[in-house]
Amino acid sequence: MPIEYYTFLACIIFGIGVIGVLTRRNAIIIFMCIELMLNAVNLLLVAFSKMHYAKAVASGQQDILTAASEGQLFVFFIMVVAAVEVSVGLAIIVMMYRNTHNVDINFLNRLKN
Amino acid sequence: MTTQQIIFWFLSVVAVFCAIMVITRKNPVFSVLYLIITFFAISGHYILLNAQFLAIVNVIVYAGAIMVLFLFVLMLMNLNKESEPQKNKYMLWSGAIAGGMLMLVLIDAVRPEQKVQIYDGLSGGDVGLVKNLGTRLFTDYLVPFEISSILFLSAMIGAVVIGKKD
Amino acid sequence: MTPYSYLILLFPLLGFLLNGVFRNSLSKSAVGIIGSGSVLGAFILSVLVFMEVKGDPAIITLFEFIQVGDLSIPFSFQIDPLSSLFLLIITGVGFLIHVYSTGYMHEETPPHFARYFSYLNLFVFSMLLLVMGGNYVIMFIGWEGVGLCSYLLIGYWFKNTTYNIAAKKAFIMNRIGDLGVLLAIFWMIQKFGTVSFAGETGVLAQAAQLTVNDPALVGITLLLLLGATGKSAQIPLYTWLPDAMAGPTPVSALIHAATMVTAGIYMIARSNIMYTLAQTTSGVVAVIGLATAILAATIALRQNDIKKVLAYSTVSQLGFMFLALGVGAYVGAVFHVMTHAFFKALLFLGAGSIIHGMHHEQDMRKYGGLKKMMPVTHITMLIGCLAIAGIPGFSGFFSKDEILMGAFAKSPVFYVLALGAALMTAFYMFRLYAMTFMGSFRGDTSHTPHESPSSMTVPLIILAILAFGGGYLGIPALFAPDAHWLAHFLEPVFAQSAAITKAHAIDHSTEWVLMGVSTALIVGVIFFAVSKYKKYAHDGAAESGLGKLLANKWYVDEMYDAIIVKPLLGLGNFFTNIIEKAGIDKGVNGVGKGVLYLSRQFRLLQSGNVGNYVLMMVVAIVGFIWMVYYLKL
Repeated sequence: MPIEYYTFLACIIFGIGVIGVLTRRNAIIIFMCIELMLNAVNLLLVAFSKMHYAKAVASGQQDILTAASEGQLFVFFIMVVAAVEVSVGLAIIVMMYRNTHNVDINFLNRLKN
Repeated sequence: MTTQQIIFWFLSVVAVFCAIMVITRKNPVFSVLYLIITFFAISGHYILLNAQFLAIVNVIVYAGAIMVLFLFVLMLMNLNKESEPQKNKYMLWSGAIAGGMLMLVLIDAVRPEQKVQIYDGLSGGDVGLVKNLGTRLFTDYLVPFEISSILFLSAMIGAVVIGKKD
Repeated sequence: MTPYSYLILLFPLLGFLLNGVFRNSLSKSAVGIIGSGSVLGAFILSVLVFMEVKGDPAIITLFEFIQVGDLSIPFSFQIDPLSSLFLLIITGVGFLIHVYSTGYMHEETPPHFARYFSYLNLFVFSMLLLVMGGNYVIMFIGWEGVGLCSYLLIGYWFKNTTYNIAAKKAFIMNRIGDLGVLLAIFWMIQKFGTVSFAGETGVLAQAAQLTVNDPALVGITLLLLLGATGKSAQIPLYTWLPDAMAGPTPVSALIHAATMVTAGIYMIARSNIMYTLAQTTSGVVAVIGLATAILAATIALRQNDIKKVLAYSTVSQLGFMFLALGVGAYVGAVFHVMTHAFFKALLFLGAGSIIHGMHHEQDMRKYGGLKKMMPVTHITMLIGCLAIAGIPGFSGFFSKDEILMGAFAKSPVFYVLALGAALMTAFYMFRLYAMTFMGSFRGDTSHTPHESPSSMTVPLIILAILAFGGGYLGIPALFAPDAHWLAHFLEPVFAQSAAITKAHAIDHSTEWVLMGVSTALIVGVIFFAVSKYKKYAHDGAAESGLGKLLANKWYVDEMYDAIIVKPLLGLGNFFTNIIEKAGIDKGVNGVGKGVLYLSRQFRLLQSGNVGNYVLMMVVAIVGFIWMVYYLKL
């Protein structure tokens, strides 16, 4: 598949994630949409890594087994960070729920003052 | 259309459709379930691209661990029956439009102007195999690997500290 | 002595500074001595300078005042017959008035007494600067200085608002005239490249080269005339002089009778060559002078305040002098300046003595029969009235006759009208005399009027002698050939004009006839006035008809008020309320309000709502991507 298809797909999913973040009021749903966005980016990275590999193959490079694997390794690390972020973020949300019995972000506007 | 193309289109449609479902369901549990299906679709894409390692890791970590965590928290807060009160119409519309604009602009920005050489070798190659990836990870990128382990440690400590009932 | 003539200026200046700075610590007698002594010193120096004066002007330059490109205006003085004569008049009469003031103003407290004398000295300084100036600019400095001192002295009793208004009126009307002088000076600089009087490159020498009725000359002379009408109270800028009677009477005597008002005459006399060549302007001068003389005389016929009568009389006499200047009788005009200084100062000081004796009562209807109670004042005032009326033997006769002859030489119509004004002069002056000194006392009998102290009567006596004898400086050729000393003395100043006009010599027999006729008419009018008013009993009837018109000064003041003052005030109001308040204030305040409004709107952005923040973030990202990829910024 030409690389543009993957690019478009990633952009679409990313855009949907953004719409979700802006539209929903439940903090947890917003978190999930952020995960969606991250996944779109992961997809794009993997696609690009394959593109570079294909180019390397086409241009006859040595050491092709591990050529252009940075993209996929980076995706690996993104997943690591995502897991960490989710655990800490959910802990915070649970704390807030305990204090206010509500996870509606409109109520959590203590940043105003 | 080759098999590959059919599978690609099918997976893409599923992914997009489920993503839309994620953001539009009132019941949060349904959102979580649809998100899991989306993750599976994306893992399918990874397999198409022969990134086997990442496909498995995606399923295990994301769909298996993170989403389960989400579900636990939802159950904890007993939100499965709750219906979100309708948001301010103005905010809904503006949010949707802003996000949509972003999507369109992004797509348009990365649209190639001339015909790019089609690399049809996208589905081939051995670079996504576990062995090759692991080789790279433990030789060139060892340090970030170790640091990520420390990151996990700090996250665990942080989560526990935040969640304490003091 | 002449090279040190700037010392003449120094004495009054010192007097002004000493009395002004130390006014809180000097005693009244010390103030009086400093004030009068400074003018006396100036007078003695003036006499010394006078004795040395020659036909050619002596120029004394102190320093370069203005030097711009080709234009050079030095701070210089010019001593020639005309200026030395004026110096004598100013310092001599000024000294007498200073001595008089020490008696008249004795009711004031020492600081205010000192203030009065310092202002008076400043006035003398300015007036001396005016007549001694070697070019138009120095003259103008003195010109403005006397205007300022006039304002200060008219409003001397500053606690009274009416007096302040009168002072403002005087200053503003003078200012209008000053504009004319300034424009004339600018035109002179542009046309002649210099403003100096004397020398081959001076204004007067250059002007003499121009043709008759040269447009530039006509323009310059008309503008100078505007200034002169303001300073010397002619139509249309005369209404300030009667109101200026709000000041103390010695001030009226010095400034508004003897000296400041003659500044205009001096200036025109100094520029005589220009006026001779600009025939159009000379005609205008004569007409204005004549009209003013007649108008003021008619108003004086019906005034009841003694000082107002004398004020209008001054205006009228100044009109005579302007008439003389207009017909080319420059010597006559200067002669009349001199004699007028004597008898008008005498009359004003005498009026002051009466006012002082009558405890500040100025309405003549409350006078009457004062000749027994104030004998010295009576005799001196009588001499003054005879002089101003033009009875032969007194000074006024000679000078007025010379003017009348000059008018006749120009046109018999002028003569007839001038004679009419002279007859009215005689009438109202003797109306004043009869109402004041004859008949029975009509005032408050509990306060018997008393004669004034010697500090006031001695100057009166001296002035009376001068009013009588001053005329003999100018005996016309009719009586004795070559006896007109003044004409000889002033000949170098007016030589160029005389060469051009080639005065028509009047036939001697005609002159005798005219003189006889005028004298007879004047004597008749005097008897008529005396008989009408010596048994004056105020019946309380208000004026009506023509009398009312005259008593209300032909409503000129009201006319000025409606035509000029009210529209100006309206314009000022317009600017204040509409442009200043609604426009500029609103604009400035509006900017402030706008900033506040904007800041309030911006503050709403910080709602604390995370969703809003994310929305803004997304919008910004969209904007950036658009800018980078589409606009290629």
